[in-house]
Amino acid sequence: MASLTPSSEESLTALVPDLPADVLAEPPHPDVELVARAKAGDAAAFEKLIRQYERQIFRTAQHITQNREDAEDITQDVFFKAFQKLDQFQGNSKFSTWLVRIAVNESLMRLRKRKTSKTVSMDQDVQTDEGSIPRDFAEWRPNPEQNYNQAELAEILRKTIAGLPPGFRTVFTLRDIENLSTEETAEALGLSVPAVKSRLLRARLQLRERLSRYFGKGKEGSK
Amino acid sequence: MNCTDFLAKLTDYFDGQIDPDLLAEVKEHLSTCCHCDVVVNTTRKTIDVYRGHQPYEFPEELSDRLRKAVMDRCFKSGTLPEVEKSPDPQPR
Repeated sequence: MASLTPSSEESLTALVPDLPADVLAEPPHPDVELVARAKAGDAAAFEKLIRQYERQIFRTAQHITQNREDAEDITQDVFFKAFQKLDQFQGNSKFSTWLVRIAVNESLMRLRKRKTSKTVSMDQDVQTDEGSIPRDFAEWRPNPEQNYNQAELAEILRKTIAGLPPGFRTVFTLRDIENLSTEETAEALGLSVPAVKSRLLRARLQLRERLSRYFGKGKEGSK
Repeated sequence: MNCTDFLAKLTDYFDGQIDPDLLAEVKEHLSTCCHCDVVVNTTRKTIDVYRGHQPYEFPEELSDRLRKAVMDRCFKSGTLPEVEKSPDPQPR
């Protein structure tokens, strides 16, 4: 497959006559060339892609599975599967979104395999309104995270997000932590945009409610 | 606009995807409802604290190990030419 370069504008116009001008004006994402090189067997190009996205994929997997060993295995599997399926990557979405979609599928599969887990899909756990209606209206202390050392804060954040249903924490992870757009999140998860917005709202409100126990003014757990 | 209406628009409000007329209503509600004002402030801090403090470490050692494992699998699958692989140090 040939890589897209600015000089390919003419042939692109011939292929897609109605392509908007702003699309043509945009230079191709650097990943396009790296993916093309990797498809042609360039190991260094593929290694560079791994280096760029391994952290994001690992964090996404750990947020969903809540298990470090699973996240390590999933990260390996995601990049190996991506390598095997590079020919299927059509470039219609960002390469990173494509990777995230594989990571989400692998992570949910891992959850399904856990015999103790009742949480198996993005469609579950969405009926509850628990925690989605604000009940805590206390302001937080200024810079509340500064009242905890790094390890304490990390523990608070871990156990707070771990308490969310997987469908909610996955949306929150992609949208608010990994900074994907609503549309990219919807694409990665196979959900509609309204479904992403609904889950994001509930995830944010539930996390806010739970963190208020630690960060709210005059709370028992606050320092 | 009441509190329930406001909550329904909270995601669009945070994401800046709200039309100007509705935005004026949201701001009007926030100026008169201290509960919703707190919800906005603390929800924004919730997002900020997660963005600013990654709870999961990803040390360089782990990065190197994972990348090497992936590349080894790719080479063993036979799709990448072995000549491209960086030679491992030979044991003495």
